[in-house]
Amino acid sequence: MAGSEPQPRLAPPALPSWVANLIIVAILAVLWPLNSVLEKNLNPYYLQILVIIGINIILATSLNLINGITGQFSLGHAGFMALGGYVAAVLFKHYQPSGSAAILFFLGMLLFGGIVAATAGLLIGIPTLRLRGDYLAIATLGFGEIIGIVINNTEHIGPFLVGGASGLHGIPAYTNFFWVYSWVVICVVCVWRIVHSTRGKAFLAVREDEIAAAATGVDTAYQKVIAFLIGAFFAGVAGALSAMWFSDLDPGSFGFIRSIEIVVMVVLGGSGSITGVILAAIVLTYLPERLRILHDWRMVIYSLLLILMMLLRPEGLLGRRELWWTRRRLRSASAAAEPST
Amino acid sequence: MDKLVDQLIIGLSVGATYALIALGYTMVYGVLRLINFAHGDVYMVGAVVGYYVAHAMVRAGEPIWLTITAVIAAAVICCAILGFLIEYLAYRPLRNRPRLVALITAIGVSLLLENLFQLNVIFGPTPRSFPPEIRAALGKRFDLLSLGVSLVLMVVLTWVVKRTRTGLALRAVSYRFDTAMLMGVNTNRIISFTFMFGSALAAVAGVLDAIRYDVRPLMGILPGLKAFIAAVLGGIGNIPGALVGGILIGVVETLLKGYLKSEYTGYADAVSFVILILILLVRPSGLLGRPEREKV
Amino acid sequence: MRNIHSLVLLCLAVSLTSAGCKKEGAANSNEILIGEYASMTGNTSAFGTSSDKGLQLAFEQINAAGGVLGKKIKVILADDRSDANEANTAVQKLINGDGVVAVIGEVASKRSLAGASVCEKYKVPMLSPASTNPAVTVDNGRTKPYVFRICFTDEFQGRINGRFAAEQGWKKIAMLTNVEEDYSKGLGSNFQKTYETGEHHIVANESYRNSDRDFKAQLRKIKDANPDAIYVPGYYTEVKLLLPQARELGLNVPFFGGDGWDSPETLALDAAQGQFYSDHYAAEDPRPEVQEFVNAYQAKYKETPDAMAVLGYDAARVMADAIKRAGKVDREAIRDALSKTKDFPGASGTITIDESHNARKPIVVLQIQDRKAKLFKTYPFE
Repeated sequence: MAGSEPQPRLAPPALPSWVANLIIVAILAVLWPLNSVLEKNLNPYYLQILVIIGINIILATSLNLINGITGQFSLGHAGFMALGGYVAAVLFKHYQPSGSAAILFFLGMLLFGGIVAATAGLLIGIPTLRLRGDYLAIATLGFGEIIGIVINNTEHIGPFLVGGASGLHGIPAYTNFFWVYSWVVICVVCVWRIVHSTRGKAFLAVREDEIAAAATGVDTAYQKVIAFLIGAFFAGVAGALSAMWFSDLDPGSFGFIRSIEIVVMVVLGGSGSITGVILAAIVLTYLPERLRILHDWRMVIYSLLLILMMLLRPEGLLGRRELWWTRRRLRSASAAAEPST
Repeated sequence: MDKLVDQLIIGLSVGATYALIALGYTMVYGVLRLINFAHGDVYMVGAVVGYYVAHAMVRAGEPIWLTITAVIAAAVICCAILGFLIEYLAYRPLRNRPRLVALITAIGVSLLLENLFQLNVIFGPTPRSFPPEIRAALGKRFDLLSLGVSLVLMVVLTWVVKRTRTGLALRAVSYRFDTAMLMGVNTNRIISFTFMFGSALAAVAGVLDAIRYDVRPLMGILPGLKAFIAAVLGGIGNIPGALVGGILIGVVETLLKGYLKSEYTGYADAVSFVILILILLVRPSGLLGRPEREKV
Repeated sequence: MRNIHSLVLLCLAVSLTSAGCKKEGAANSNEILIGEYASMTGNTSAFGTSSDKGLQLAFEQINAAGGVLGKKIKVILADDRSDANEANTAVQKLINGDGVVAVIGEVASKRSLAGASVCEKYKVPMLSPASTNPAVTVDNGRTKPYVFRICFTDEFQGRINGRFAAEQGWKKIAMLTNVEEDYSKGLGSNFQKTYETGEHHIVANESYRNSDRDFKAQLRKIKDANPDAIYVPGYYTEVKLLLPQARELGLNVPFFGGDGWDSPETLALDAAQGQFYSDHYAAEDPRPEVQEFVNAYQAKYKETPDAMAVLGYDAARVMADAIKRAGKVDREAIRDALSKTKDFPGASGTITIDESHNARKPIVVLQIQDRKAKLFKTYPFE
């Protein structure tokens, strides 16, 4: 009889939202003292790697929303990062706030950098609505390059120092482990909630078959633009965090190669799998550091990895599943989906 | 006026090189609907192969004209083989997969070539030049010479496409892949041919640019991108379009560099990207292309 | 699939925990650990690999002769992928991961700035072989205590280039600078400040980018301005392309530039004969340091060294000398010794480090003749 068996779930049992929120706040609360502990006891080099991993997780997760979940192949993600980073850094250097005002300014700059990047996402998302797959990829690549070229050629915007090709140096360094991982939590939770919401279903529908989605009443244009907006926002925040960790901005850091590195994380992790992409971001940040001996070969290995992944396992390590989905659950889920006799 | 003529000749010559590379992009896109990201790097490989052959032969004291012929022949043959291998190993297995998978693979192949050739065992990161004897032998109006060579090759390609059976098969496969297959066209062979021919053209462009400037492992990135933009501008999949697009981009770029105020020349490259985005937004099928309807 | 995740997580966990503890900086006590960060990959890998070659040669020679203070020097190389943020991480790794006692690097000023901030923070002496932006050693008038360089600054070289141009009697100069390179812009602006007075005029100021290989458009504009000479303060990678193009356009006035021109490829060019450039040294300088270096480099690498190579070589030797003078393998002591470097006989010139931690050494102007760089004039430091 249909419905006599309990439906197997494809995700962990949904927590009541107040519990979930409490857990998130608890995690954030733990991060603060953890930050102090790490700063005192962890080798600064390893702390730096953790911070870079965090920033890459934000970048990869935000790109995953655009590429993996909504299926819009964007190759210009580093451009959003650049915008967020530069906006925050330029304003910070210009106004030089100090004391407690500085922390507020810092947070404000993170948000503002994200917003500027999101606006760019809007400006890029809207005109490219009609473009399919590879054309979209090239257009986003073009936008990313344009952003890089413009920054490279801009020494000043009015009274604000931008630095041009020499880069921007001496940016006050307010980023620390706590801020980075708080934003990791915020970003991942946001993306997770979006994916598991109605809008997320719309995103997935756009990915699977845009025309069918439109035929069933999904406003594909709107959803695509929203995806770009949110993805770009977090990339901008990541850029601002990064700028205020390293204290230096090099416009050359934000070109096509950087965008590709983030794409590789999304592809490796499995477009559409949030935990997969996080895992890939960790692995792809940590391994090259560990394997510095092979520095000449790093990019050769990267490119081979990309090719082999596409040839052998294009869905990535986890495909569209999350970390805890097992074959057993999927099999019973698909069995339950069949009409019972 | 004199200056304008000079700038135009330079623009035409630069544009002709873009056109040679653009032809490869456009032919491959025509048959496979794939943007072969690695194409710009095939151009680079042609230059590198030519470099090694040129130096070996000049050192051995061979006559210059033999050297030049050998350089071009070697570059063409090696790149044709490379093009074939790339298609066979990296793209053919993905023929039935979503196009994005193939696109990512193409990016991977491009990065692989760029980074392999930066390794010291292969070529190394330092830019190196062809033996000066070759440039000297080719005379002062190298621009006109390379423009001539490019035009001849394009005429050859047009002849092949319009007047031979292979060309007919190629056009058939570009038009409707499945139908062509049903009609008995050996699609695999045609696709291989397309890759090999396109790579051969890129090889010649690579050798010409290497003689004109020098050889560097990343030399294919910007010309590759611009040639791709040229192909899109002219109508991707459209062979005369690649020609038109290439020449246009070359001329516009050269004129901009010639006439813009100095502080803005940095933006000349950005202009190509702006052209790309404008074309994609306003007329994605390109100047000479036919709009394609997406079938459900 | 479960197994793969677990495996990956396990590997990660193991390596993270095994490596996470703070390092004390203790090395095998028979070795002195020196960190090197350079752009071995990425867009400027040509320069990084070159300076690395010079550095490795120097340390090899030093170790073969018994090392320093009875210990061998071990170089730990960290590639910064031609990126300033990577340079930051690379230096972090060298200092906190590997526990080096001193750091040598970088060529590009923006990466040196990044590395310098890390070295200053952890109080590790840093010696840049080739960064020319004054901000690398001096921050708003304050000399950074731990950062040094053995090359001259853009300020000095640009100024001397300006004087040279005036002394040559050139009244109208056209400039062609690389907008993407600090070095080129720095030389250009300092040249302009010195040269542009009274009857000396800059009649054209054109620019190009790293990716440019065709300069005819800019050269044409320069030709129209009818200069007496043309100043190209760029790297040999562009100079060797633009000199023949200028020739083709019929631009027959003298060209001159800075030490970025230094490369065997430049010397071999027909179009380069008769042109001038300022440099640290002349390869035909009979001084034994120069000859030994050029011969040893040729023997090891089968090619002639360029400016980056000789600077890398000298940086290594100055560092080793500083360690010797310090008498102990200690960061503070080495820092002090570096600041007291005086009249060190480098291949790239006699090096004295001044209060701004910059190298005080003469500059030579060379003229290319018979495919060799011949000494034209020497300018002492001032």
